Amino acid sequence: MGAFRNSSGGTLDRTKRIRFRFDGKQYSGFQGDTLASALLANDVRVVGRSFKYHRPRGVFGMGVEEPSAMVRLRTGARAEPNIRVTEVELFDGLEAHSQHCWPSVNFDLGAIANVMSPLLPAGFYYKTFMWPATKWMFYEHFIRKAAGLGSSATEPDPDNYSRSYEFCDVLIVGAGPAGLSAALSAASSGAKVMLLDETPDGGGRLRFDDEVINDEPADKWLNETFRELSKMPNFDIRFRTTAFGYYDQNMVSALERVSDHLPEPEPGQVRQRVLQIRAKQVVLASGAIERSIPFGYNDKPGVMLASAVRGYALKYAVACGRRAVVFTNNDSAYATVAALHAVGAQTVAVVDSRTQSPGKRALEQLGDVKLIQGSVVMNTKGLRSVQAVEIGQIAGEGDSPKKSHTIRCDLVCVSGGWTPTVHLFSHAQGKLKFDDSIGAFVPGADIPALHVAGSSNGEFSLAACLRQGSDAGIESAKQAGYEMTASVSIPTAPEESVGDMVPIWSVPRMGSRAKRFVDIQNDVTIDDIELAHTEGFVSIEHLKRYTTLGMGTDQGRTSNINGLANLARLRETEVPEVGHTTFRPPYTPVSLGALAGVDFGEHLSPVRRSPLHQWHERNHAHLQNSGVWKRPAYYPRTGENVQDAILRETRHVREKVGITDVSSLGKIDVQGRDAAEFLERIYINRWKSLQIGRCRYGVMLREDGFVFDDGTSTRLSENEFYMTTTTANAGPVLEHMELYAQTVWPDLHVHLTSISDQWAGMALAGPFSRNVLSSVIGEQASNNENLPYMGVIKARIADVSVLVFRVSFSGELGYEIHMPSRQAELVWETILAAGQEWEIAPYGLEAMTILRIEKGHVVTAELDGRTTAADLGFGRMMKPDGDYVGRRLAERSALTANGRKQLVGIRSIDSSPIPRGAQIIAEPSVGKPAQTVGQVTSACFSPHLNREIGLALIKDGRLIHGKTMYAASPLTGREVPVEVVHPIFIDPEGERVRG
Amino acid sequence: MLLIPCPWCGKRAQTEFTYRGDATVERPDLADSDTQWYDYVYTRDNPRGEHIEWWHHTGGCRKWFKVCRNTWTHEVISSEPPVRD
Repeated sequence: MGAFRNSSGGTLDRTKRIRFRFDGKQYSGFQGDTLASALLANDVRVVGRSFKYHRPRGVFGMGVEEPSAMVRLRTGARAEPNIRVTEVELFDGLEAHSQHCWPSVNFDLGAIANVMSPLLPAGFYYKTFMWPATKWMFYEHFIRKAAGLGSSATEPDPDNYSRSYEFCDVLIVGAGPAGLSAALSAASSGAKVMLLDETPDGGGRLRFDDEVINDEPADKWLNETFRELSKMPNFDIRFRTTAFGYYDQNMVSALERVSDHLPEPEPGQVRQRVLQIRAKQVVLASGAIERSIPFGYNDKPGVMLASAVRGYALKYAVACGRRAVVFTNNDSAYATVAALHAVGAQTVAVVDSRTQSPGKRALEQLGDVKLIQGSVVMNTKGLRSVQAVEIGQIAGEGDSPKKSHTIRCDLVCVSGGWTPTVHLFSHAQGKLKFDDSIGAFVPGADIPALHVAGSSNGEFSLAACLRQGSDAGIESAKQAGYEMTASVSIPTAPEESVGDMVPIWSVPRMGSRAKRFVDIQNDVTIDDIELAHTEGFVSIEHLKRYTTLGMGTDQGRTSNINGLANLARLRETEVPEVGHTTFRPPYTPVSLGALAGVDFGEHLSPVRRSPLHQWHERNHAHLQNSGVWKRPAYYPRTGENVQDAILRETRHVREKVGITDVSSLGKIDVQGRDAAEFLERIYINRWKSLQIGRCRYGVMLREDGFVFDDGTSTRLSENEFYMTTTTANAGPVLEHMELYAQTVWPDLHVHLTSISDQWAGMALAGPFSRNVLSSVIGEQASNNENLPYMGVIKARIADVSVLVFRVSFSGELGYEIHMPSRQAELVWETILAAGQEWEIAPYGLEAMTILRIEKGHVVTAELDGRTTAADLGFGRMMKPDGDYVGRRLAERSALTANGRKQLVGIRSIDSSPIPRGAQIIAEPSVGKPAQTVGQVTSACFSPHLNREIGLALIKDGRLIHGKTMYAASPLTGREVPVEVVHPIFIDPEGERVRG
Repeated sequence: MLLIPCPWCGKRAQTEFTYRGDATVERPDLADSDTQWYDYVYTRDNPRGEHIEWWHHTGGCRKWFKVCRNTWTHEVISSEPPVRD
């Protein structure tokens, strides 16, 4: 065993030592480390256990591609599962725990699954726990416990998240050589350029490959480029930011990890931010990811991607082992020899599956290390991590390898070639094509306003990446409308002659039972793919779902192509024939907190408050949510319970006088020379005949013939109406009227303006309401001549212009007084002061509800979208002539036939409360299923009648007044006998309201 | 999120708008047949490809207008006021 940190080298700040804990044990690293590099520097080999077989797993990659080294990061409410250690920046006090193992990562009882693995092939659970079907629920409980990865925190998330909308001319994804080259070109045109990179410092492959740009070390170019770009005002770079989705019209969503690299966010700082970036042009320079080669036990700690081994050496001065074997099918892995040498580790052999020689540069990098050509690593030996590899020789093309010898080593650096990261291109509906020369899918067809450059485009030479990046930068700036004023100097790199990659999709097995892993996160092996194929799962989408290949948190970044190619081999066809599974956003997991942003809890939807809200609060109203509104439910007095307060307020209105806030009603100003004609077509009843200074109750339908909304509207002048709607439909009614005014009858001259916010309203009701009103406005409303029922006058209260409507929702003599919102409280207090003499008292929504049920007035509970005007007793309001919305379909036979549910009143016979939402049945059910003939829509105790009453919709209800029915509530086990009566319980002749 | 070109305000984010389906259906006259009325209220094609549809700039100028959109590619092709001047 032998990963270690070299005493010098890397880009770490060795003056800053950082302490952290992994599985309770204290370790240390340096500022600049990732959790992965620090664990490797401390020679921590086993970091987690695999998904299915609980096999020990260590660090495999260096970044986003990491399939296996995942931990539960932090503790308590901030704990987060399945975090790739390769992406965690080390901070002081960091705590991480291995997951999916018990009792510990080094001794995991779940590893019994590994011993049993011959019994656990692909589809094992489907096959085994199918019968009897009824027992699945029982099995599932245990299977779910055994499966899965980490567990999340159970406490509420203490951090804040936000969302920001960004706009730019050119968005570049990836700050590697291609992305930076694109940024230099595009930004020089003056275009607004935004560059995103998922790492803390960008650089892409320059962080793991020792390269030369402009004849100098690439590091120097990198630093100069960042410096130059950061001076440009039209350039914006976001590190630690992953573009995770590409949506229509060049909208890219990205997750910026603002403070994940800190122990916790600074005060006032968000943890993460979702950026919604709208870009005129997008350049994808998202790079490529190295893939593995399936050979025997290629999952053991100590088997790593060759590029990752180089990266840990170059950036963190960490040697991932002391004796390494490089196993490759291409030239790129040869650089690993030099990188390991630089940190004091030895490469004992390079095993190259190709028979032809690698390119010149690769041979230079090899130096005097032994090269074993035409051979493969067949198998790894070692209990918990690699201790040796078995080498096999391939005699000729297509032949099985013959075991030649064993090499002792503690590190296998594997490279099966490179797979371009084309996820965002695929999100943009881009078609991919298979490139045989690199053995991977590359962008196939052009997409408008989207450019792909560098290794994400399948171009792996550094010189070409820089060139393509620059070209993409120039082209995107031009297409965004910018002229290139100066000529752009393209960064240069030496042109290399590189040997061809020769695919080796799996090492043929020689007798041994060694598992050859394709997907090391989900424990999918070559055998599993073969079994799936044998069983008929030959479509790639079926293979994925049957074996779970590529389904994990890493989405098979290092394994997908190997899986496809092996399926193609079994099907005796080519990879393009097999195709690929669909890439869908997000590219990497995005926390739900970040997606929610600030839209949670009380910010989930807007809160609306009446202009009188502060008065209600000062006067201890109990506020209740009513849709988005906060409305006073009742105003309890000292010593009163809820019921007392509600009944007192209700009685007070019937016996004296009360006032309530109705500001939440929708109010629409309807103007124009065709205003009356327009209302005539919107409502079922007549409006042209309405006199100025009078109001009318109106009902409107949807075009399908059912009731949409109701309210009173007033003719203020020949061409102006003041319309009110229900609270809930204030928005929808306006939208509905706008649709008709603008698209169906654009010839009508009518203008609609919402004045719901600008105008407040209050209802004054009770036998003494006229006295109170007269005391504030004088003789103007003193009798039925100057202000009759359904009349409207303009008046002044406390020098505020108000509209006084003589309407009543409570069934008592009453008025609604509307005024500009700003003066609402002044008017309200003036009326309250004047009403002292008559003991005026405010009443809330609860009392209002009882009053309206007693009077048989309908609300949303009755206007439920399934009732017709006739059902609710408004049939005679429907004009027999002329067109109006909903008329034709309201006349269809099903809506006019007998047997529809009609609005009735119900009275509890035995004085027990009528259950809310109860169904109406004709006979007592005596525990048997019963046919429902209707339902209770509203119910309350009526203090006026001193009994339990309600409103209900009952089949042919108007024909059965006097009959006994049963309000059945199976949920509460209650069944109440009720008498069906007329829906108006109080003053059916309307003497009170007209009095 | 789509950008919807309001003929009066220009391109705005989809969240400012309300969608309301097929804009090619025309409201029949009162005297037209039950079938015509039934089709107007209930029957809609569900094309893959170009679709002319109503959008309402609810969070903006509050105008209804027609948008031609490809339901397959999400491409927004054009928009126009409900009535040509």
